[in-house]
Amino acid sequence: MKNLYRQTTDTLGDKLNAQLAKDLDEDALLAQMGEGEAFSFAEFHPEAAERGGYSNYSYWRATLRAFFRNKTAVFFLCLMGATLLFTFIQPLLPGQKDPLLVHYGEWGLPLNNVPPNDEFWFGTNSIGQDLWSRIWAGTRTSLFIGFSVAVVEAVVGILAGVLWGYVRKLDFFFTELYNVLDNIPQTLLLILISYIMRPGVSTIIFALSLTGWLGMARFIRNQIIIIRDRDYNLASRCLGVPTRRIIFKNLLPYLVSVITMRMALAIPNAIGSEVFVTYIGIGLPVSIPSLGNLIQTGRSLMQMAVLRYQLIFPVAVLAVITISFYVIGNSFADAADPKNHVK
Amino acid sequence: MAKYILKRVLRASVTLLIIITILFTLLRLMPIEGYFDNFDKVSSTQIQVKLNSLGLNDPLPKQLVRFYGQLLHGDLGTSNIYRKGVSINTIIAEKIPISVKFGLVSFALSLAFGLALGIWMAYSTRTRFKIGDRLGTILIVVVQAVPSAVYHIVIQFVGSQYAHIPMLFDPAQPVSYILPILSLSIGNTAYYAMWLRRYMVDEANKDYVMLARAKGVSSGAISRKHIFRNAMVPLVQYIPGSILSTLMGSLYVESLYSIPGMGGLLVTAIKRQDNTLVQALVLIYAVVSILGLLFGDIMMAIVDPRISLSKKEGSR
Repeated sequence: MKNLYRQTTDTLGDKLNAQLAKDLDEDALLAQMGEGEAFSFAEFHPEAAERGGYSNYSYWRATLRAFFRNKTAVFFLCLMGATLLFTFIQPLLPGQKDPLLVHYGEWGLPLNNVPPNDEFWFGTNSIGQDLWSRIWAGTRTSLFIGFSVAVVEAVVGILAGVLWGYVRKLDFFFTELYNVLDNIPQTLLLILISYIMRPGVSTIIFALSLTGWLGMARFIRNQIIIIRDRDYNLASRCLGVPTRRIIFKNLLPYLVSVITMRMALAIPNAIGSEVFVTYIGIGLPVSIPSLGNLIQTGRSLMQMAVLRYQLIFPVAVLAVITISFYVIGNSFADAADPKNHVK
Repeated sequence: MAKYILKRVLRASVTLLIIITILFTLLRLMPIEGYFDNFDKVSSTQIQVKLNSLGLNDPLPKQLVRFYGQLLHGDLGTSNIYRKGVSINTIIAEKIPISVKFGLVSFALSLAFGLALGIWMAYSTRTRFKIGDRLGTILIVVVQAVPSAVYHIVIQFVGSQYAHIPMLFDPAQPVSYILPILSLSIGNTAYYAMWLRRYMVDEANKDYVMLARAKGVSSGAISRKHIFRNAMVPLVQYIPGSILSTLMGSLYVESLYSIPGMGGLLVTAIKRQDNTLVQALVLIYAVVSILGLLFGDIMMAIVDPRISLSKKEGSR
């Protein structure tokens, strides 16, 4: 990666030098020419006309370059990529056990609380289920919750934010709605919804999405108000570009980086909320393995030193996932800021 | 100023009214088991009689009006299951002092350590190896990224296993206060450090700081009088909220260490499905958080005369 990067910059630098030398030559040439020659009418070349003001700055190329320069971020990206990939291919690998299957020993007794060994890599839990496969199944559940909440947050938040920022008549309505909803603590709403509705994956997603979009909507709204009346948007409007096209082509691309960051940070938050409601006792039932109920089970056993592996393994997996998302989200936001592109 | 505060208070009251109505309506959807301590044994007639006597079969507007009447008299109702027949006011009066005691100690600690860490980190961004900044960032990333539910468990686990501190809270043993207070303060410490560092670094790059430096003001004086003071303005907003929220305690930490405070009470009430208690606690929770935001905004307006929130209401 580093070599490739260096090679690219070097080639680019050489090209620029060559161009500069050529330009200087032309100047020298011009100086030698007489006045009549220098100011004669030039022929019209369409390609040459297009060339004016060209810069080979590419936003995404610069963003990615800035991101990959950050070694910590790259490390966590690889770590997260590997974890995610493994989480999804794990059930397809040979020799994996069913996370809900109770294993029995020779005399028909359940193999409960077996410490990690060759057969059960992370040991078994108190009723004899394989902890290794339960952890990966739980990671899938938790990631599913996280991704769903992030997607809902992005879709609803962008839609509401765009309407709020762009349609002036709706400003009052949305501002008041925001003021009311934002005052309700998210934890409280999460508890209430989980208490009222049946515990399950969809309940948690619903409860977290209910107010999760507010922050995104408010952010998008503020940005849109700032850039809505910039000259290029005014120009588009004068040329009769439909509003929808202005929003999708002029406004939203400007906000992609922050939207991505907010989505990346929503995922660890959702995973943490699931752990929390499960702890209070209104989260997922044990039949749906999730990082929340694995940690909860592990916690209740942690006084016994031999059984501590049941807490340590899920906590480690959870920490890797949440820290990776957090670091990647923040580094990406830094890299996406054009101020950091000049180096 | 007075006009701004008045306006803000009025707004907060309207918001509060709306939120209480929403919460009350939501809470009507709760399973009716929560009004009985022996739901399985009572007949359906008895259920109806009880629900009628509690007024739960009345139309919603009527219930709301009665509920507001009760609230105006300071009556939060009586507990159904947790301590049957005892007024919720009595229960809460026993619990609040415990939560506040823990809350205030950890608030003071996190403010002191958070600000110190923030200043150290901001200072060390100007040194060669940025050691303070790097160490602080590791702490902040871990605390921010790992769900609090998990790092509290880790603190409890490590503290009780390796430092031999009792795992659960025991009023007779002062040693057992250490872990809950550590758990309660670590989140806010990281939070204050993170924002103070960011605001101080932003502030240090501003033109007036460069001017002061050019004039020959000593760097200590610049940090104290200009950078730190200006960087504190946005942080001041959170302080009243943090102090007020000690009334409610921490849901998670209190039940983890079985501290008999308000946060643990809400968790217990939910687990045992005591509807009236849940309702009362949820309302107090909402009131506390709205008042916290209100006082925070007022405080910020007092601290920074440049802020006139009455004008840019729309941007809130």
